[in-house]
Amino acid sequence: MLFLDSLFNGVSIGAVLLIAALGLAIVFGIMGVINLAHGELMMIGAYTTYVVQNGFKLLGDNWFEFYIIFAIPMAFLVAAAVGLMLERWVIRYLYGRPLETLLATWGVSLILQQFVRSVSWSMFVGILLFSLLFFGGIWVLKKRLDFDRLRRPAIAVLLPLSVGIAIAASVLSGNLFKLAFTKPWFGAQGVDVTAPGWLRQGLELGSLYLPYVRLFIIGLTVVCVAGIYLFLQRSPWGLRIRAVTQNRTMSACLGIPTQKVDALTFAIGSGLAGIAGCAISFLGSVGPNTGQNYIVDAFMVVVVGGVGQLFGTIVAAIAIGTVSYLLGSGTIAALVSDVNFLSDFFSFFANTSMARVMVFALIIAFLQVRPAGLFPQKGRTVDA
Amino acid sequence: MNEDISSEHQEKATVIRQLYRQLRQRPRLTEAVTVGAIALFAIAIVPFFLSAFNLDLLNRYLALAILALGIDLIWGYTGMLSLGHGIFFALGGYAIAMHLKLQIPPDASSQLPSFMSLYGVTELPAFWKPFYSFPLTLIAVFLIPALLATFLGYLVFRNRIRGVYFSILTQAATIVFFNLFNGQQKLINGTNGLTDFKTILGAEVSNSNTQFVIYTLTVLLLVGAYYLCRWLTGGRFGKVLVAIRDDETRLRFSGYDPTGYKVLVFAISGALAGIAGALFTLRSGIISPKAMDIAFSIEMVIWVAVGGRATLIGAIVGALLVNYSKSWLISQFPDIWLFFQGGLFLLVVLVLPNGLIGWLKTEGINLLRRLVKRPRYVTTYPSLEEDPEVRRERENLGN
Repeated sequence: MLFLDSLFNGVSIGAVLLIAALGLAIVFGIMGVINLAHGELMMIGAYTTYVVQNGFKLLGDNWFEFYIIFAIPMAFLVAAAVGLMLERWVIRYLYGRPLETLLATWGVSLILQQFVRSVSWSMFVGILLFSLLFFGGIWVLKKRLDFDRLRRPAIAVLLPLSVGIAIAASVLSGNLFKLAFTKPWFGAQGVDVTAPGWLRQGLELGSLYLPYVRLFIIGLTVVCVAGIYLFLQRSPWGLRIRAVTQNRTMSACLGIPTQKVDALTFAIGSGLAGIAGCAISFLGSVGPNTGQNYIVDAFMVVVVGGVGQLFGTIVAAIAIGTVSYLLGSGTIAALVSDVNFLSDFFSFFANTSMARVMVFALIIAFLQVRPAGLFPQKGRTVDA
Repeated sequence: MNEDISSEHQEKATVIRQLYRQLRQRPRLTEAVTVGAIALFAIAIVPFFLSAFNLDLLNRYLALAILALGIDLIWGYTGMLSLGHGIFFALGGYAIAMHLKLQIPPDASSQLPSFMSLYGVTELPAFWKPFYSFPLTLIAVFLIPALLATFLGYLVFRNRIRGVYFSILTQAATIVFFNLFNGQQKLINGTNGLTDFKTILGAEVSNSNTQFVIYTLTVLLLVGAYYLCRWLTGGRFGKVLVAIRDDETRLRFSGYDPTGYKVLVFAISGALAGIAGALFTLRSGIISPKAMDIAFSIEMVIWVAVGGRATLIGAIVGALLVNYSKSWLISQFPDIWLFFQGGLFLLVVLVLPNGLIGWLKTEGINLLRRLVKRPRYVTTYPSLEEDPEVRRERENLGN
């Protein structure tokens, strides 16, 4: 019974990992981009859930029961929008330079972390004003025919001007309205998302107790995976995405808008991160560092699963989740308690952090046997 | 008759060889003189002009510059982005810290490091024992990181795991080692790390004279590390490294086995990180698992990126510059300084991909020449660059 119980918990952790790794795997498989800000996109999804929850709390208890149905698509949309901005403003310029992308996305992740810590109304005003002035100015100038010649001087004038006005406005509004404007929205402390009442119970099967939250997360993961599978296999844009994955140059020659495909892929991957954030917000407190806890595990899933393989990602996520839970909770140590030597060995690894050590060692050992992951890509393009 | 020609030939060859050697040695001589002068300046003059606090900062950052040299070797020259150098840095730091913790006066009530008695440890763990000896500690400072790097590197490179995969694996290793050190309260004081050092070789660690010796040692080791990297990258070995970076597959097809080279350079880089960690620990007086934070390991890379990859000077300049501005920014904007750090990452990658030194070498020098009204250096055929017709065409095309 203990074993079944742990197995269920392990699978549910695997489900969280999978939903976190899904977006990463798609983006990495298609664009070859490692997005270190993926964890922060999850965090944005979690905070979106928090905001939606608070909004529904105001509407009353009856509404509150169903806020999740609204929170999940919101988390998807907000994270996808941030991801789209990220792709357009940063990553687009770095295709073909994966290591630089790694550094740039790390910078983005730092900025996003600090953003949720210190965002307040006065900062919001500043950012809004800056966007209006700078991007509005560029938009107006773009209508001129000689824009290409004007681009550099225009940016050189507009950028410091709008930055200056924005900072001045934000400081001024902060001084004018005091705390109402300068108080951070979320702060550095973690915030808590309350699951609605019907998610707080559990399903009892004999002596087995399955919390609804975990069942819900597993269900959500299944829906996401199925949705992505159907999208990639059945929709016209899915076909284009698969074509670009296989051969970017050839796809471009055949008239597939690869830039649009990239942007779309990145937005969808980010959106999935948002949903993952929504899921993890039910498991514990949400803070600016939330994403960091999941990101490396999610990467390990991608490495073990093999690039661009949905199925590999699924298997790897469930396997890593289950193994690390079985090790970390001490289940394996309890199972082999008859054999003294083995029991001592597994007891040493029977906590969450030591289980990580063991899982990493297992992954390195696994990569010795299958260096390219569970289901490696075949063909000549792989080594290029 | 035949012999005559050949001897004449040889004579010519010797002359040419001598000339070539002279030409090659002249910049090296200038460089050696410059490096020596800077080192002498740093040791003999700088300490008298800086306050104790600033000298302390300088010393720490010089130690970090050694680390940056190692990163430059592996990332700048070999093209492998390691996000796990915090491990090696921390291992070097822990090695020296363990030696310092074992400097217990013989009349003390307990012959164990103070934190151990707190957790009820009665006997010194076996792996602490070698650190009683100072020479063994000195060897451990660079040997342990180098051995670990060799082990990890061999397992990874043997399977041709590279690029972002390598980065991810090293990043995961950082988390693993962080957990490993963080969880072992009894053995190495877990989260709190090792701190509160008293004496080294009989001298007090916090004494200003000792600290000056450490400073001098740091400068000398930095010069040594610089010359080691210089020597490694200057010759055939360095060419292979660059070849690995630029096209590893082609190198393999030319009959080289990149694995050995990669393992070796990873080990050397790890050893440099270990030395840096030891020096840093001596000066800051603490080593904790925080040194194995992912953020710190990625920061190191950005020092090199700011200074300029594949330029050894760039690594040193970057480490000093970024760290100084970091401590300044933290003191000025403690609340929002992460914005600046994140912005720096974006700025360097997007706007200044070659770093400061790289920019100076390419565009900066032309900018300077334009200021003094000299023609710009051209990288392609000068005739083509100067051709008015070509120039007009380019302007019309808008680039």
